[in-house]
Amino acid sequence: MADAAAVSRRGRTRIWLAALLPLVALLAFLLLFLRFGPAGVFTAAFPPVEELTITRVTLPDRGVLRVHVVNGGPAPVTVAQVLVNDASWVHTIDGSRTIGRLGSREITIPYPWVEGEPVVVRLVTSIGLTFDKEVAVAVRTPAPDARYVTTFALLGLYAGVVPVFIGLLWFPFLRNLSRRWIEFLLSLTAGLLLFLGVDALAEAVELSALVPTAFQGLSLVLLGLVGTPLMLAAVGRRRRESGAASPVYVALLVAFAIGLHNLGEGLAIGAAYASGEIALGSFLVIGFLLHNTTEGLAILAPVAKSRVTLGLLVLLGLLAGAPTIVGAWIGGFTYSPGWTALFFAIGAGAIGQVLVELARLFPGGERGSLASPLNVTGLLAGMLIMYLTGLLVTA
Amino acid sequence: MSRRQAVKWGALGTVGLAAAGTACVQRGRPPAAGDTLKGGLAPGHGSHDDMMAVGELRRGSFDPTAFLTHFDYGRVSTLPSGQTLREYDIEATEFELEVAPGVFFPAWGYNGQVPGPTIRCTEGDRLRVHFTNSGTHPHTIHFHGFHPANMDGAFEVVAPGGSYTYEFDAAPFGLHLYHCHTVPLKRHIHKGLYGAFIIDPKEGRLPARELVMVMNAFDTNFDGENEIYAVNSVAFHYQKHPIELRLGEPVRAYVVNLTEFDPINSFHLHGNFYRLYRTGTNLTQHEFTDNVMLCQGERAILEFSYNHEGPFLFHAHQSEFAELGWMAMFVVRGPALG
Repeated sequence: MADAAAVSRRGRTRIWLAALLPLVALLAFLLLFLRFGPAGVFTAAFPPVEELTITRVTLPDRGVLRVHVVNGGPAPVTVAQVLVNDASWVHTIDGSRTIGRLGSREITIPYPWVEGEPVVVRLVTSIGLTFDKEVAVAVRTPAPDARYVTTFALLGLYAGVVPVFIGLLWFPFLRNLSRRWIEFLLSLTAGLLLFLGVDALAEAVELSALVPTAFQGLSLVLLGLVGTPLMLAAVGRRRRESGAASPVYVALLVAFAIGLHNLGEGLAIGAAYASGEIALGSFLVIGFLLHNTTEGLAILAPVAKSRVTLGLLVLLGLLAGAPTIVGAWIGGFTYSPGWTALFFAIGAGAIGQVLVELARLFPGGERGSLASPLNVTGLLAGMLIMYLTGLLVTA
Repeated sequence: MSRRQAVKWGALGTVGLAAAGTACVQRGRPPAAGDTLKGGLAPGHGSHDDMMAVGELRRGSFDPTAFLTHFDYGRVSTLPSGQTLREYDIEATEFELEVAPGVFFPAWGYNGQVPGPTIRCTEGDRLRVHFTNSGTHPHTIHFHGFHPANMDGAFEVVAPGGSYTYEFDAAPFGLHLYHCHTVPLKRHIHKGLYGAFIIDPKEGRLPARELVMVMNAFDTNFDGENEIYAVNSVAFHYQKHPIELRLGEPVRAYVVNLTEFDPINSFHLHGNFYRLYRTGTNLTQHEFTDNVMLCQGERAILEFSYNHEGPFLFHAHQSEFAELGWMAMFVVRGPALG
């Protein structure tokens, strides 16, 4: 027996060595390549490829622009001059003018920007390439003070928390509905979520284009989109042996997924406000309220026939709505298209998983009611509601 | 408008009041310490010192200050006929030109500089220009002026490694130019193959402080639009290093426009007017003005002197060109010249 154990231990050692062998070979080859080349063969023929991404331009005070720039390219880049609205301008940089790969700098420019008008910042590199960023509407970037925090807390409250809670007020009504109509509402929820999911994915893909190349925006989106439902599925599997998930779990999942979507939304709102992209239009908050109230309904549908405490309802509402506030705070202070794209992708992925779980709540079998005329109508109605309230928002 | 955009707009309803409040507070802000620097202007509030390229040229870079007053009279000898012979060696090369501090433009130029050397002679001189093409593309030298067809630098293209000798009598007197006439023209001219060509009248001109100013520009990112404008290649050079003049000192500026991509350029002088001699081919003034517009290849001689001390700007009166580097300065100091 002792012999057998020793043999098996030796066998295991051999397996590990076998696993390490390719890595050792790779390392050895890399060292040889760097030491003896011919690395020159691959670089000499091409001009240096420079790539800078201006991730953010803020206007912290009258007569001041602050530019955050990231080198997402393969080689170091030297920022030689700065042009603002086609005029060469003095500036200071918090560090060396040469930015290493994946390095970042903050450039401060004393430029008398005009409130309400666009500002275009252009960086000229040592080889004369240019990298631009436009601030569509110049407004002073809010300082991270109490007023700003309160404003965005209120905004998140109005746009995220309040509508969700108003939606939750449908709970007593839902409890008295027949199974048939609950299924209709579940289908409606699926329609709403489908709309939000596609919206989140579209935002994620759009934002991924703004991510510095080295950070591979689209890959980030893919990670969030595929990774999230897989992780949620794995967690869900642990919570139950087989069959459909518990309604409470599905409701939590719905709230969580909507919350992630709203976090991305909050990030985008905060960043847009901070970078002066948004202008005044208070009546739109009303449209936004209507638009998001349906989210409350979506969260409730799975638990309509379950025993639910008031505490759980509050938790569901906060889970779905509060991330808007957090997102707006983060987005306003430190916006990064990469993170926002990732959050939108995670939201889209989570919604995908929620749709799977929702489908499981329907009676299975060949004559499954998922595709019954009433439920298909519900699905379409859900998407239509989002579309129509979306029109209100854009009005 | 996308949904997110809509959401953003909606957001403003809530934050609008707060923003308006902040704006009001900002407008009423009392001046802080330091606001009075630079003649009452804080940075970012409109001082000319803010609109500028940062840093200094690298050592060994093309020096516009030296170029400004340098004239190449060639190797002078006398032909058996008694005619003055001026010989020049001009070589086309490829090199990096620092067009603003830290910004390096992959230039083609004559004798390793942009603009090329200012060729100067007197009307009637025999010119013999030995041209060598040390670049990787075919080039020529096309002189403006009177000469035989085969001395025109248009059809006798000089291949890389080749050479050609241009020989003709200098005429008519005036301010001219020379440049490469190989196609594509835009590329060859914009890369820097040009220079000023001065033919003095036989009787000469009155003594003056003489300055060569070639208005040029560089499309550093090759998108068909210029990023850098200048006189004599380096953005803001003479604003950072003003040209010193004496009170009452007669000044003669030889201004040539070789700006590519933009149809025109201009020369505006502050606090003064100049006598304008278009193309310098006539000794009587064309106009008394403080602003002249020149097409590409057009040139003019400007004569003036200052009766006031102090700093005076001169620049393109297209604000865009001025702001991208074609901004310069004279500093006039007393006492007046005898």
